[in-house]
Amino acid sequence: MRNSDLKRRSLVFIAIVVLIACIFIAKLTHLQLISSEWSNYAGRLTEDRERLDPIRGQFLDRNGELLVTNIASYDLLITPRKAVDLDTLALAELIGWEVERLIEQLDKASNYSRYVASVLVKQLNYKEYAQISKELYQFPGIKARTRSIRSNVAGVAGHLIGEYREADQKDLNSDKFYSLGDYKGKSGLEARHEKDLRGVPGARYHIVDVRNNKREILADLDTMPISGSDITLTLDLGLQRFAEELMEGKRGSVVAIEPSTGEVLAIVSSPFYDADDLTGSRRGVVYDSLRTHPHKPLYNRALRGTYRPGSIFKMLQGLIALDEGVIYPHSVIECNREIIGCHGEHTADNLTQAITHSCNPYFREVMRRVVLRGKDENHLVDASIGLTNWNERVEDFGFGTDLGGNLPGTRKGQIPSSGYYDGIYGKTHWGYSTIYSISIGEGELLTTPLQMANLACIIANRGTYREPHAIRDLGGRGKPEGEDNLHETSVNPKHFDPVIDAMQLVIEDETGTARRARVEGIEICGKTGTVQNKGDLDHSAFIAFAPRENPKIALSVYVEYSGHGGTWSAPIAGLLIEKYLTDSIKYKHRLDRVLTFEVDEL
Amino acid sequence: MSYRKASILKNLDWFLVTLVVLLVFFGWVNIISATSNIELADWLDWNGKAGKQLLWMGICVLFGLVIVNIESEFFIRTSMLQYLFTLLLLVAVLIIGKKIGGARSWFSLGGFSLQPSEFAKPTTALALAYYLSRDSSKWKSLRSRILSILIVGLPAGLILLQPDAGTVLVFAGFVFVLYREGLSGNVLILGFASLLLAIATILFGSWGGIEWFWGGWVILGSGILYIIREATVPRKRKSLTMWGSIMLIAGLFLSVGLHTGMEKVLKPHQKERIHVLFGIDVNNPDADYNIRHAKAAIGSGGFSGKGWMNGPMTAYSFVPEQETDFIFCTIGEEWGYIGSFFVVLLFTMLIIRVVVIAERQRSRFTRVYAYGVASILFMHFLVNIGMVLGLAPVIGIPLPFFSYGGSSLLGFTFLLSVLLRLDGERFKMLR
Repeated sequence: MRNSDLKRRSLVFIAIVVLIACIFIAKLTHLQLISSEWSNYAGRLTEDRERLDPIRGQFLDRNGELLVTNIASYDLLITPRKAVDLDTLALAELIGWEVERLIEQLDKASNYSRYVASVLVKQLNYKEYAQISKELYQFPGIKARTRSIRSNVAGVAGHLIGEYREADQKDLNSDKFYSLGDYKGKSGLEARHEKDLRGVPGARYHIVDVRNNKREILADLDTMPISGSDITLTLDLGLQRFAEELMEGKRGSVVAIEPSTGEVLAIVSSPFYDADDLTGSRRGVVYDSLRTHPHKPLYNRALRGTYRPGSIFKMLQGLIALDEGVIYPHSVIECNREIIGCHGEHTADNLTQAITHSCNPYFREVMRRVVLRGKDENHLVDASIGLTNWNERVEDFGFGTDLGGNLPGTRKGQIPSSGYYDGIYGKTHWGYSTIYSISIGEGELLTTPLQMANLACIIANRGTYREPHAIRDLGGRGKPEGEDNLHETSVNPKHFDPVIDAMQLVIEDETGTARRARVEGIEICGKTGTVQNKGDLDHSAFIAFAPRENPKIALSVYVEYSGHGGTWSAPIAGLLIEKYLTDSIKYKHRLDRVLTFEVDEL
Repeated sequence: MSYRKASILKNLDWFLVTLVVLLVFFGWVNIISATSNIELADWLDWNGKAGKQLLWMGICVLFGLVIVNIESEFFIRTSMLQYLFTLLLLVAVLIIGKKIGGARSWFSLGGFSLQPSEFAKPTTALALAYYLSRDSSKWKSLRSRILSILIVGLPAGLILLQPDAGTVLVFAGFVFVLYREGLSGNVLILGFASLLLAIATILFGSWGGIEWFWGGWVILGSGILYIIREATVPRKRKSLTMWGSIMLIAGLFLSVGLHTGMEKVLKPHQKERIHVLFGIDVNNPDADYNIRHAKAAIGSGGFSGKGWMNGPMTAYSFVPEQETDFIFCTIGEEWGYIGSFFVVLLFTMLIIRVVVIAERQRSRFTRVYAYGVASILFMHFLVNIGMVLGLAPVIGIPLPFFSYGGSSLLGFTFLLSVLLRLDGERFKMLR
């Protein structure tokens, strides 16, 4: 081979070198300039993002008393990717678990994400954590997080405030805000105002080394958490607590509202429970026992319980009739007990007397006059037209509605319409004689204690109400939009006087059914109701407001299976009014009687 | 003496010296970063690796100065002696050497460790140069071919026993030297073809292992290569082509056996590394740990890098062996695309410069030696950066002048100093 041929081979070698260099440059261009895959991966390896939990908003009562706040607890978190060579045996011993349980939890966390820290052990208190924290450095990938959990320090209004507990899989899927083991409001106001309460989390970034030790702070990326908004409730802690004391051992509810504003002063559903039991680590056990309890303590009777309104409804019938012009305050109607029974020694009452005596024939006749107006020759059609009108007027009083739905879980109850009866009996197959039992608050009517308290407000306000609500201030911005909308019943205010007169007599007259609600020096107006229970003791119902002029409080009290409305509900209402308006209790024996009465044995 | 000294300094290839100095200095800068802890400002600790490397650099400057002042004649005459001495060392290290990282390739001398295979590279180059320059006409004889291959093969075989696959691969680079001296180009094509077929075997080896499938590959591959030869080679060399084709088919049949070879000869971790390279699922989730972290470090550098001493992947030891075999990661992370490009460019220039030097020699000894140097540098460049970039399997081999390590630096200093001296005397000598 000639030398020049061989000399050319140097070019082959140089060509190979340049080719390899070009391949390297191409690869470098891809790695460093084009693809972000590897630099992102480097970021995941070297940067540790620590979430800084915001402080959840607190609940305060109307006077600024603390109701629900946050207390510290400690969670142990595991980041599976970082948990290399984890000594599961030693860790299980440290936290007092079975190894199998630990491994199961580790697998669960691993399946969720290898990069995200998941909760391994929940809610250690300070003492438990102090024991464990000393050993924690031995376990790679395990870190502790301080978490604040809810504490209902006042120990009241569990139903209204609701539960704050671990987010379930559905929550995790629907909202990226939560990761496994996070808590969120799951019911009541905690759930309804979750977004206001939870705040905005911050983040602290660190550069970590290959063993996941924090080495540097990346301060310029850090963000501080923004605390959630505090919520000032309309509840009066003193009244709420007193109401709960009075309802202890009974089944039923109390709803107290400030008539001029619609602010709920107290709301109790009994039996109730200690809300804190449902936030701690004992939740599972407690929840199960509550769920299976025959008296349904988890059920919020004040908002969701539906009862027939009974005699209390007669006031509404009277008001509508007056406004419709079919009766006058002095109209006297004979107490004809042939069609419908009655009680007491009266024969012919005017409106005030009829309410005081709770005269059934009177209101049967009153509603007949409202419904049957001669709008059609066929009295069946006439009844249908009349009932539709009546239904609208009743709904103006908030019945059959959720009253704006500001209180979480409010039910609508039921005010039967023409369509409703058409569905049962068929069109023009029913008349007034079919349905008259609703005239005295029986039949197909269903109302909630909240709606009844609202009725007391309407009468106290002489024809208007603001939607009942529980939030007075949200994060210093006042009431949320649409929280206290004003509603008019379109009943002329002058028509209320005879009804209110009657309500005052119910308390103050020698023969009044609610004498047990009487408080010296306060003009209380009230009305008892009895919700009949077939073959069992009746539910006792009572609504009231006080004082008569410029009323400060309106309420409804229900005590299930306790008999007549005057027996138990009235004294409870009397005590609550006395407590709220005078801040003291003079009627000690009344208090003792209420406190010692328990219906639970029934 | 003073005249001669002045004259050799005048005749030194300063361009080559500049390239080497740039590489060494930039390498050291990166070793500082790769071995220091950000909290420890005292990086110039003589017990630290950066300090030790500086010490080695000083030693190498002196060593280099001594060598360039030694007559070429000395290297030519003692080349075989040096070669035999290294062979002795390579045998000795197998017996009394220290085992580091699974390979018995180190002598432990007090605080320092020496790796005789680093010196085997230059002495093999010298020995090959000596043998081939004795009588140029003898290349065509079978005996001289066998002896040439033996000169390279003996140290390579001893190193394989350590075992140090990376250095053996460097010795494979001597094929370029033989090619320049007259070895058929078919050998390069054969090597390339075998590599392709080997890759195909690895990639598609799991297709059931049906024998006729491999036969199909062999026929297809050799057919394509035959067509390439037909199209590019002048008519009168067709006989060579025939030979080549026969060799090819033989080589390809060998590669059929590679699948079995992969299973039986390679160690599990080596097999795993090769599988990782080709993205084949391996059961061990950490098998590609090195290469993932290496790529992440380089990728995170972006265009201009994180800045010296500022790369978190480097500072917090995410890349194993980052001051030795994976030093290129530090360059990639802290100096970015610009720095990486610069290093690749410097190496390319260095190798080309050595080839240029080789081609301007009248002395065959110097030319063969220079090609040896170029081949060794090229193989290091190819295997090391290829590995770090995830283009080659993980094979432990240092990046010349960059990787921390006295033996490596000393070995390359010797390699280049001898070349500088030989080149400096190119007008005097005629061999």
